[in-house]
Amino acid sequence: MEFKITMPRKRRELYNKEICACSIFGAMNRDGERFTGAGVMKAIANMHVRGNGLGGGFAAYGIYPEHKDYYAFHLMFTGGSAEARMAAKRDFDPYLYENFDVVFDEEIPHRDESTVSDPPLVWRYFVTPNKKGDDAALPDEDYIVAKIMHVNTQIDNAYVFSSGKNMGCFKGVGYPEEIGEYFMLDRLYQAYTWTVHGRFPTNTQAWWGGAHPFSLLDTTVVHNGEISSYGTNRWYLEMYGYACTLQTDTEVIAYAADLLMRRQRLPIELVAKILAPPIWNSIDRMNEKEKKLLTTLRMVYGPLLMNGPFSIIIGQTGKMIGLTDRIRLRPLTAATRGPMFYLSSEEASIRLISPELDSVWTPNGGEPVIGELNNIA
Amino acid sequence: MKSFVFPEFRIIRDEAKCGQCRGCERQCAFGTHTYDPVQDRLISDDYKCAGCQRCVVFCPKNAIEVRPTPSPYRANASWSREKMEDLKKQAETGGVILTGCGNDKPFRVYWDHIVLNASQVTNPSIDPLREPMELRTFLGAKPDVMEVKTDKGDVEIRTKLSPNLVVETPILFSAMSYGAISYNAFRSLATAACKSGTYFNTGEGGLPKEMREKFGKCAIVQVASGRFGIDAEYLNCASAVEIKVGQGAKPGIGGHLPGEKVSAEVASTRMIPAGTDAISPAPHHDIYSIEDLSMLIYALKEATNYEKPISVKIAAVHNFAAIGSGIVRAGADIIAIDGLRGGTGAAPKAIRDNVGIPIELAISSLDRRLRNEGIRNRCSIIAAGGIRCSADIVKAVALGADAVYIGTSALIAMGCNLCQKCNTGKCNWGICTQDPRLAGRLSVDIASQRLANLIQAWSHEISEMMGGMGINALESLRGNRDHLRGVGLYEWELEVMGIKGAGE
Repeated sequence: MEFKITMPRKRRELYNKEICACSIFGAMNRDGERFTGAGVMKAIANMHVRGNGLGGGFAAYGIYPEHKDYYAFHLMFTGGSAEARMAAKRDFDPYLYENFDVVFDEEIPHRDESTVSDPPLVWRYFVTPNKKGDDAALPDEDYIVAKIMHVNTQIDNAYVFSSGKNMGCFKGVGYPEEIGEYFMLDRLYQAYTWTVHGRFPTNTQAWWGGAHPFSLLDTTVVHNGEISSYGTNRWYLEMYGYACTLQTDTEVIAYAADLLMRRQRLPIELVAKILAPPIWNSIDRMNEKEKKLLTTLRMVYGPLLMNGPFSIIIGQTGKMIGLTDRIRLRPLTAATRGPMFYLSSEEASIRLISPELDSVWTPNGGEPVIGELNNIA
Repeated sequence: MKSFVFPEFRIIRDEAKCGQCRGCERQCAFGTHTYDPVQDRLISDDYKCAGCQRCVVFCPKNAIEVRPTPSPYRANASWSREKMEDLKKQAETGGVILTGCGNDKPFRVYWDHIVLNASQVTNPSIDPLREPMELRTFLGAKPDVMEVKTDKGDVEIRTKLSPNLVVETPILFSAMSYGAISYNAFRSLATAACKSGTYFNTGEGGLPKEMREKFGKCAIVQVASGRFGIDAEYLNCASAVEIKVGQGAKPGIGGHLPGEKVSAEVASTRMIPAGTDAISPAPHHDIYSIEDLSMLIYALKEATNYEKPISVKIAAVHNFAAIGSGIVRAGADIIAIDGLRGGTGAAPKAIRDNVGIPIELAISSLDRRLRNEGIRNRCSIIAAGGIRCSADIVKAVALGADAVYIGTSALIAMGCNLCQKCNTGKCNWGICTQDPRLAGRLSVDIASQRLANLIQAWSHEISEMMGGMGINALESLRGNRDHLRGVGLYEWELEVMGIKGAGE
């Protein structure tokens, strides 16, 4: 008996989506013109299935022009009941007023009818440091970092999750488009840079403080990936006074960026080579000068190499930077259209809000793409 | 006096297989086997057997078996055979019991209670056969900040950097001196180190002049309390200098190379008269405090023009983490710590078996102490004493070591079977002896190849384990305790190592 074997010819699935991943998106107007969060909310919603509803968040630059000379602290007070959340605020306020002059504060406006679950009390304070005693000699920013580390490690249920000037983070548990609606980012705020994150948490439990972006002063990080070098990065940063408290690996990137860029004043091009250095095989083939530089960077900053798969968008005042790990295990697409500069996990999301683009490209692993403001307002 | 000690080994000869070639007789320096021409057969004296298995391996007919003898005494949990026989030997001789190799007592081997992590789903594991896997390591002080000056994309480094050793794999050969081990064994270590992109440590016996040019670049030269063989050329031909303060097998004890091992060559390398005992005092007599150590560190830096990292080797003892911090502040670039199970060519047994702490706990507490003080990057840690396989190295690095020294493992690779008779100078494997007839048994070509093979095999395995964890550069594993979990450990042990229990 003869079997007739037929091979059914199926059309290959062209649209094969990776669902176990986070989504990141960033949009910047390099001329400094500000725009609402409506576009980025639409773009991130297009990558809905990359998240699982357990975290979403936004960083927005240029949103507080009326208070631009003051540090904007966004505080999260957690607790099982409204009572407990207010109690956390009452524990925190004296510390804040002791160490800072507060020029204005309010609860961050939100829509109560929103679908997000279990929101904490979210408050913002516009402050200026009130340095006393030994602290008087500290630069403002070191003083603020020290105070934030104190709050985040010593005061129960109170977390400073945004602390830069003329910028702010908004984040929580939910899909990013829900978080955007909860804080009404499409109506209340205008920014020249927006970065967004949709989360698919795997290693850490979902809680509001654990959503991205992670930030310190004006540096924010949204991250897709998992850092296998976390333990190493963490001890190195702890030596420099950074306390890792948010139960997730992404905060080490924010602290590393703060240490290297703000405190040690290394240019972003070198910072990228620290976080995602070239492999030794490539370094050994470079000319003497480059070889020496990159060898020294790896020697000195080996503990800050971010190992494991990642793509990140780092936001700073006047800057938006995209970077992937050195063997490029997570996606990142960059695009420009006129003054607009986009970074996204998927090109489709960029096309959704800007169908016509001047250029679109996939950055190489370990090579940063940098968007800078032409005229900082 | 009649000895009441029973033989430790029994030699079983298959008379049907034995061809009376007398090979075993020639192989054994202890005189275990003798030929009886009247009977035309070989007689073995169990009392003389060290259990080194040399005759077994080299019998062309596979006629010999050497087995440990069961205890002839009534079982007694308190009075083990070893305790009784050691006592008898002392009653017979009135002496200190000497032994060789590392502590063999059943202290907990922490390596065997630590398991490693691997990636699943959220983080891809990396295949070292397809992707780069980087084990290159820098040993030495690193600055807190690297200051640069940038000028139109041109970057200039402003920070003055300390000298660092570069190793292609985090495995170095531990200090074993020429004098304790044979010239061939010593040269095999040097050859294998150069071949494998790593370093060997000369120990305290100097570096023979003819080896300096070829092997100096992969040598760490030691300065120990006896100051043997030290001159400016010795210090400057090497890549690094190590001050030996202590040794894991005998913390607090000096060294004693008996005159019969001091051959003309050993004597000229050590710069002492031939045939005299080479005695290393217990302390350095110019180091009675940390500030004295600092002076020696800087004296050596001056002598080497600040071009070579200076290492300080100490035994892991109770308060060593604080001492380690002092050593870093005294100016050392590398701290080598030697644990409880570190080996030796000769040590009093009571010391070897009872002094010091396990290296696993030591690495972690030193690393933590230096991190807490914010000076971890000012020195590198090399862990020694009890590293048996590649997984031990991965665990050591994850606990905070920068690299490891292997001594016993290297000896086993060359042929050692840990019979613990190093102190007799009669090593049948040609390793721990100065008898030219025995030393000649060790071929430098073969032994160095075996050592290089071991380094290569372990490096492959380390890459494999790292790839599984989703890590492609060793620096991302260093101090990364997240990738370790303990099994069957007490809370305090987990605490000291800074690791979680399995399942946590």
